Amino acid sequence: MALATLARRGAANLLPAVMIGLCAFVVFGPLTNLFLWAFAEKWFFPARYPTEYGFDFWQRVFRPRAGAWTSLFNSVWIALATVGLSMALAVPAGYALARLMLPARAFIMLIFLLPQAFPSLPIFVNIAHMFYGLGLNGTYTGVVLVHSLPGLVYAVWIATAAFGAVDRTMEEAARNLGAGPMRTFRDITLPQAFPGLVAASIFVFLDSIDEFTGTFFVGTPDISTLPILMFNASMGGNYQIASITALILLVPSIGFMLVIERFLKADVLSRIGR
Amino acid sequence: MLPGLLLIAPALLAIALLYVVPLARSVIFAFVDEGGGLTTAHLRTAVELYGRDVVFTVLVALASLILISVVSIAIAGYLTLGATPWAVTALRWLYRWPLFIPFIVAGQTARSFLARNGLMNGLLIDSGLMDPAMAQSLLDWRGLVLTFAWKQVPFVTLLLAGAMASIDRSTIEAARNMGAGRFRCLIEIVLPQVRGTLLVGLILSLVTIMSVLSVPMMIIAGNPTMMTSMMAHRVTYYGDYAVANALGLFSYLITAVAAYAYLRMTLTQHTEGAR
Repeated sequence: MALATLARRGAANLLPAVMIGLCAFVVFGPLTNLFLWAFAEKWFFPARYPTEYGFDFWQRVFRPRAGAWTSLFNSVWIALATVGLSMALAVPAGYALARLMLPARAFIMLIFLLPQAFPSLPIFVNIAHMFYGLGLNGTYTGVVLVHSLPGLVYAVWIATAAFGAVDRTMEEAARNLGAGPMRTFRDITLPQAFPGLVAASIFVFLDSIDEFTGTFFVGTPDISTLPILMFNASMGGNYQIASITALILLVPSIGFMLVIERFLKADVLSRIGR
Repeated sequence: MLPGLLLIAPALLAIALLYVVPLARSVIFAFVDEGGGLTTAHLRTAVELYGRDVVFTVLVALASLILISVVSIAIAGYLTLGATPWAVTALRWLYRWPLFIPFIVAGQTARSFLARNGLMNGLLIDSGLMDPAMAQSLLDWRGLVLTFAWKQVPFVTLLLAGAMASIDRSTIEAARNMGAGRFRCLIEIVLPQVRGTLLVGLILSLVTIMSVLSVPMMIIAGNPTMMTSMMAHRVTYYGDYAVANALGLFSYLITAVAAYAYLRMTLTQHTEGAR
């Protein structure tokens, strides 16, 4: 009797187990491949797996004055500058869109939606063409500006949602108790919107760290970021260097994946795009 | 009204310079010749040289979207209706991972995973599922479809699972009580209610597929390839912005057709609802 129940339960669990196994293979198979290449010292055809493992290529990537350090610093500085610029523009814009009277508000929201609604490659091509005339190609300013286009869009959306979710009764109470508008904003509004703004900054930072197309047109060959370094290594057939760079790129992405839910609350999330 | 305008002015100026002006230029320069006159020569060159790539792009995008819909509906459906709690939890944890992996990294993993001597074939041969002589490279349109789907399925699933979680459970319970199977329930009860969300997810995925440059450059070596790759080729090798812009017009057009189809569909839904 007990055996029959057990057998039935086993059969009921078999199909889900196969399905989960398949999903795990599809999701983690390619990532395992990345790990193998990153630690493979020798992996030549016809060997199906690396024949020698080691850290030789890690030493080559991270030796002093190697290109990887320059690319890493470039990536981080460009991302921080992009966050700074995007948030400086998006915080006042988001506050205005969420809380103040604006003519043609729907039209303005539409303008901030458009860059995500149409293919961006022709835009990057024409930005590069414009920047070429202005002498901005191959400069940090140029790359930060081109990264700020997608950055600004995300930042405005999330900042608008974050300010929209702020409890107005508390602001009114503060005003009734005699606080000025600036003090109310600083002590009541900003602290409540803060987690949403942090989430926006994280999105902009990640987007800039991973950005390839804009940097490819505006930055290369003078400015190399991690994605450009990875691309060049991969196209040059150096899969070890490419895989190591890819793993470095994964660190912020996976790290933020684990913390983002703490900052992006459901009440803010449900207001994005309104 | 004035304080609002003052606060939003810098952001609007930035979007005008970084988006509206390049957008206008991309359209205008597709039709302007060297002397400043109007011409359709760039469009004709684009069709002549890259017509095959445009068709290839459309087919790859369609195949990707079909694969994305089928897999996302299956995963989101299982998350909503699944009967094995541990499997639902495991799937919920598993499916999101590719969402956070940059396209360029996805391109690199696909490049080495799907190659003829790649890890996928190696694992299939070692597990006895495949004959070594059958091993072939998937680094063509199939590699593109698989990579785009790998990246976009979690995104569409996230949207779909959210929409499915918020629909009225009582209709599902009623259908289940009447004896409808889980699969029938998903297709006939749940799916019609989240159709709008699915379409939004697919259109955003289409825009992404039409915008990503790194994946086609890393996966496809020869011709035909995606339009994105050809636009970059035209600009970096020939400095020919005019033909690149003409190609860009086609990518706008394809997205616009999809957006128009979506709008028509939602509008008919609204008028039907009003009746």
